[in-house]
Amino acid sequence: MPTLANYLIVSGGLFSIGLVGVLLRRNILIIFMGLELMLNAANLSLVAFSRFNLGQDGLPGYNAQVLVFFIITVAAAEVAVGLAIIVALYRMRQTTHVEDLDTLKF
Amino acid sequence: MSAIPWIILFTPLAAAAVILFLGRFSKPLSAGLAIGSAAAVCVLSWWLFTRPDPTETIRFYWIDFGEALRIPIGVTIDHLSKVMLVVVTTIATLVFTYSVGYMKTEEGYWRYFAGLSLFLFSMLGIVLADNFVMMFIFWELVGLSSYILIGHYFKKDSAADAAKQAFIVNRIGDFGFMLGILLLWAATGTLVFSELTGRVAEFASNPVYLTVACVLVFCGTVGKSAQMPLHVWLPNSMEGPTPVSSLLHAATMVAAGVYMLARIFPILHAVPVALDVIAWVGGITCFAAALMATQQDDIKRILAYSTISQLGYMVLGVASATSADVPMFHLFTHAFFKCLLFLCAGSVIVGMHHEQNIWKMGALKNKMPFTFLAMVVGSLALSGCPLFSGYYSKDLIIGFAVVKYPFLGWLSVVTAGLTAFYTFRLIFVVFLGKPKDDHAKHAEESPLVMLVPLACLAVPAWVAGYGFVEKMFFHVTEPEHVPHILHPILLVLFAAGVLSAFALYRSAAKDPVSIPFFANRLYIDNLYSWIVRNIQDGGAMVLSWADRWIVDLLVVQVPSKLAWACGFVLRFLQIGNIQAYVFFFGAGAIGLLYFLIMK
Repeated sequence: MPTLANYLIVSGGLFSIGLVGVLLRRNILIIFMGLELMLNAANLSLVAFSRFNLGQDGLPGYNAQVLVFFIITVAAAEVAVGLAIIVALYRMRQTTHVEDLDTLKF
Repeated sequence: MSAIPWIILFTPLAAAAVILFLGRFSKPLSAGLAIGSAAAVCVLSWWLFTRPDPTETIRFYWIDFGEALRIPIGVTIDHLSKVMLVVVTTIATLVFTYSVGYMKTEEGYWRYFAGLSLFLFSMLGIVLADNFVMMFIFWELVGLSSYILIGHYFKKDSAADAAKQAFIVNRIGDFGFMLGILLLWAATGTLVFSELTGRVAEFASNPVYLTVACVLVFCGTVGKSAQMPLHVWLPNSMEGPTPVSSLLHAATMVAAGVYMLARIFPILHAVPVALDVIAWVGGITCFAAALMATQQDDIKRILAYSTISQLGYMVLGVASATSADVPMFHLFTHAFFKCLLFLCAGSVIVGMHHEQNIWKMGALKNKMPFTFLAMVVGSLALSGCPLFSGYYSKDLIIGFAVVKYPFLGWLSVVTAGLTAFYTFRLIFVVFLGKPKDDHAKHAEESPLVMLVPLACLAVPAWVAGYGFVEKMFFHVTEPEHVPHILHPILLVLFAAGVLSAFALYRSAAKDPVSIPFFANRLYIDNLYSWIVRNIQDGGAMVLSWADRWIVDLLVVQVPSKLAWACGFVLRFLQIGNIQAYVFFFGAGAIGLLYFLIMK
């Protein structure tokens, strides 16, 4: 039976992998994947906290688990929008490398 | 019945509006509408004059904050306003008619008649107003119409400047007037003349306050009626067309100040110190303006200074007489003979092809006999010749003044002699002697449309002082304890003035007397331009410095440069690397968490 700490370690690991991906990779698609990873790490810790937070009747709460389904649904929509932006960006600039996208720089 | 005053008030305004929109298409339409409305108003005024005073007045509240502040708009029909209505509308009708001849060849015909109608509306508003605020509104409106009409030839710099000067100088007086109105309102809580009179008596325990308020109200008269030291605008206003000078700057508008004093006569007479101030201003104005008039060369300016002088008499009369009818009586006669004199001067000017210098005229007696006769009648009335109107009204004021203020009274006696001198100097130089210019040789009598108003005015200028006229319009009581020697002295001074003018100017080709001090108007105008040049321009320089260095630099430039500098520093953070932004964001989030949790 895994404890809360195991879940949080996995969640922290996922978040770190995502963050490092965002910080270090130059391809905007990979950065986007890193972002999704961070989002799901947050989802995981939310579900874990909810699972180990027992009510007065000794049963865990399920609100967060339902909430996470909604988050995944919304995230799917958000991914669609994000990918669409990336596709549009690529059509315009013929690149997915963030180093080439510096028009707003002073 | 009670609607008649409102019809009288608004008919000229309607005429002005129509002329403004349609007048430019037709000269007869402009003139016809203006004269028609003036004549209609004149008939109504005379009809109103014959009726008894109405008991009810229509009044509505323009601004109503309950007991705290009520500003009514209402008309008052009493003895005073009825007399003034008759004078204003009668003279306006005659001057409007005369203008047809005078302005025949001038440009801006419709503009001129629209201005005249607007003036008539404003003047009637002053006459009918039953409270200070309404009077002040129309007071400013006559100032505006005066500005428009003085500046009729606005393409000429001197006319535009004169219009501006009249406006600005009046503004000084009107500022005091407004402060005075506010002080009276603060003390009594009412603005209506009839209510003020009763409530001021309760306020007699604070005479200083009341004195200040009354003197400030008098400032309005000083500006509008061209008393010293704000008289400088009136001679310059002669840049306007002569009928305007006649109607506005001699007969009616400048008398508005005296009319206002007559309206608040009972209040003023509860405040002796304010009366002293009024008497001194009036007396000194009356004397000084007569001195200036003796050395002027412009036919209209001589008359302008004599107007100032006569207004000084009226103001002195307000201070010294026992009833408002005494100064109003002089206002009444003066309106006729001074209007007549100006219209004669206009006739001479037209005959001389718009030459105004009296030293280029001469021998016009035979060329313009009718104008000559009318002008002699006006001059006799002005200089106080027995049997002419000015004799009765002026002597009455002098009588009261000698009793109450002996020094000022005797000063005004001397002024009467000076008046005869400068008036007949004008007559002798213009109409006798030899022609001094080609225009004078070929001068012709003016057209009938100008001569008929002259005839209509010459009659009242002659008889307006007689007992039966006086009984019809006024209830004048004779002053008591007047020295018996006063009237003989006045007669001797009149004769001396006329004879010395005759001796000096009968055949003079140029002025045999030269007193630069008088010719330069006691250097008052020079003093004012010195003040404007040095003190006002100095103040303007200081303000300009403050504007440039304090407002522009400290208030505007410094913050703008500061914001720019902050932006300049901060924009180096925009390095164009998305990972760096994420790093800054993450570092910020971690820092924030650290401070939130650890504190």
